[in-house]
Amino acid sequence: MAPSVGIPCSLLYFWFYPFWETFFRELGARVVTSGSTNKQILDLGVKEALADACVPVKLYFGHVQALMPEVDFLFVPRLVCLNYQTTYCPKFLGLPDMIRHTFTGSPPLIDIRIDVREGLHALPKAYWQAGRALGAKHAAVARAYLLAWKAQRRYLTLLQKGLLPGEAAPGKSSPTGKRPPDRRGRLVFGVLGYPYLVHDPYISVGLIARLQKMGVGVITLENIPPRLLYRQPLPLDKRLFWTPGDLVYRAALYLLSSRRVHGLIHVTAFGCGPDAMVGKYLEQALRRHPEVPFLTLTVDEHTGEAGMATRIEAFVDMVRRPKAGW
Amino acid sequence: MPRVTFPHVGESYRAFKMLMEDLGNEVIVPPRPSRRTLDLGVRHAPEFACFPVKILLGTYLETCPQGVELIVTTGGVGPCRAGHYAQLHKKILRSLGYAVDVVVLEPPRLYPLDFLHSVRRLNPHRLSFRAIYECVRRAWRKLQALDNLEKLTHKIRPRELRAGETTRVYRRVLEWVDRAYTMREIVEAERAAAEELQKVPQDPAREVFKVGIVGEVYVLLEPASNLEIEEALGHMGVEVERSIFLTGWTRDNTWAETHEVLTVKDAALPYLPELLGGHGRDSVGNTVIFAKRGFHGVIQLAPFTCIPEIVARTILTRVSRDFGIPVLTFFLDEQTGKAGMITRLEAFVDLMRRRKGP
Repeated sequence: MAPSVGIPCSLLYFWFYPFWETFFRELGARVVTSGSTNKQILDLGVKEALADACVPVKLYFGHVQALMPEVDFLFVPRLVCLNYQTTYCPKFLGLPDMIRHTFTGSPPLIDIRIDVREGLHALPKAYWQAGRALGAKHAAVARAYLLAWKAQRRYLTLLQKGLLPGEAAPGKSSPTGKRPPDRRGRLVFGVLGYPYLVHDPYISVGLIARLQKMGVGVITLENIPPRLLYRQPLPLDKRLFWTPGDLVYRAALYLLSSRRVHGLIHVTAFGCGPDAMVGKYLEQALRRHPEVPFLTLTVDEHTGEAGMATRIEAFVDMVRRPKAGW
Repeated sequence: MPRVTFPHVGESYRAFKMLMEDLGNEVIVPPRPSRRTLDLGVRHAPEFACFPVKILLGTYLETCPQGVELIVTTGGVGPCRAGHYAQLHKKILRSLGYAVDVVVLEPPRLYPLDFLHSVRRLNPHRLSFRAIYECVRRAWRKLQALDNLEKLTHKIRPRELRAGETTRVYRRVLEWVDRAYTMREIVEAERAAAEELQKVPQDPAREVFKVGIVGEVYVLLEPASNLEIEEALGHMGVEVERSIFLTGWTRDNTWAETHEVLTVKDAALPYLPELLGGHGRDSVGNTVIFAKRGFHGVIQLAPFTCIPEIVARTILTRVSRDFGIPVLTFFLDEQTGKAGMITRLEAFVDLMRRRKGP
């Protein structure tokens, strides 16, 4: 029987799922995902993870536990650096070690280390190791790798056309046929934050759906082409060290300077290390743009629906009132 | 003369003050962090920034009204947040209306030109490189003397006959080292101070537990930030060995990694092969080493929300089980109270006593 590979639906799943899913499927493995977050998964994670960890890490622990009894391999990559400049948060760097040393009975981990600074072929080499863990032949890995890239590129194109990760079809490898939203003549908010908070409706308490229901267009980090972000000049002496944090900060500056949004919402997790810095820099950047209202939403495992709804409604009303008729 | 200040890290300010004055700066000595320092820091720092950010900001806010023009601090290249402190502090201080500049000493191995430029800015006397080298050598020796004396107090305090005697003598002899200026004076002051500390009446037969202390560098080095945990442990009859001292840390980050740290890396390898920034891997590696050296327990100190230490803590659970060594973790922030800490420490000491048997 084909070996099954489990992919926890949390953290960078929202960015790289098409790649990972295609890669392992083309290698002949059965890909099992943990599905979207629910209360049970969250409770499992909160029980096993360290109390001081942030909620995304707790969720990841929960997703891993949900998968553990069902799969032969668990895919827990160690993402270090993908753009030659910034690294991921230290928790991503130590993720496989945290999982391995917390769950003694876990299935074997495929914990490839992805750091493009290692050399020209670091990325294919890392995936070659993943393929070898499944016992695949060299040619098969090369084929799967190329097909995975193709799927990922299609996914990124859809995202940049304005679709959100949930709509650009994780779980399905073909586009759903949904058209990008038409934002003309509507209120548009930038919703910035890490994909595992913004696009996980359970932990963000349906933030995006709620905004859309209120008739607000949403631009997220994934909708902005990265090359525009990397061209954005930074008012800092030293660039931020963490890839997602750096992108969020650049995205905010880009949205402000291109005047594309009427309001900005920053979603952050309670106790998030990088966001302590990113949040403060955002606050200072927004001070130079008093015309754009700014809201920081901090989520954790106790976030309640009513409190969240009240804050979002109040914020939307506040932005909408001076623009009567929107 | 430019007015210069720097972070307050334990007793090290005595050496830095001497160095900065030799180079021709007017030094505004940072006060020991207090409740007021914390209040100031907490008011202006981001909520989830780690504890050191808040203490340092508070310290700067106490010294800046005295006309500080330049703040000297260390940098870093990530992924630990410490590398961003300088920039964040500068932005916050500027937004509060203080016209200060920050000189960030980045690791000279990575940014040699930047480092030379920073040194030049701190050198209004325009001393030659050779003269600077002499000044640094003296300051370095003083720093070593301060570290050695502190290590000695860790050994003597758990065995002292009259509680608090060691701390009293230590406070007094620190002033001797502080006043020493030439190389010979520093060596002599250190020797005299060590002798004076040895004279503290001790009970050599007392049962003493050995506890290793690991964790994030600032909360380890600044007693005001860890609520004098080493002193508290000493009074409970525990001899502590701290994994990080300022001299060792500086050496690792400037010219060479010590052999000791190489073994720390190797010790951590089976548990944490990746460098996390900060002292995450060192915490794991040092715990393994303390366990192999037969210590009775390990205490990990970390600021609240410190990312590398959270990863380390998750893995330390396993290390603790594998080596059978108890590990106690304190996540410190402005809410941490001394009474709660003492209770936990007492329970920890009881646990070690029971494990050791009658």
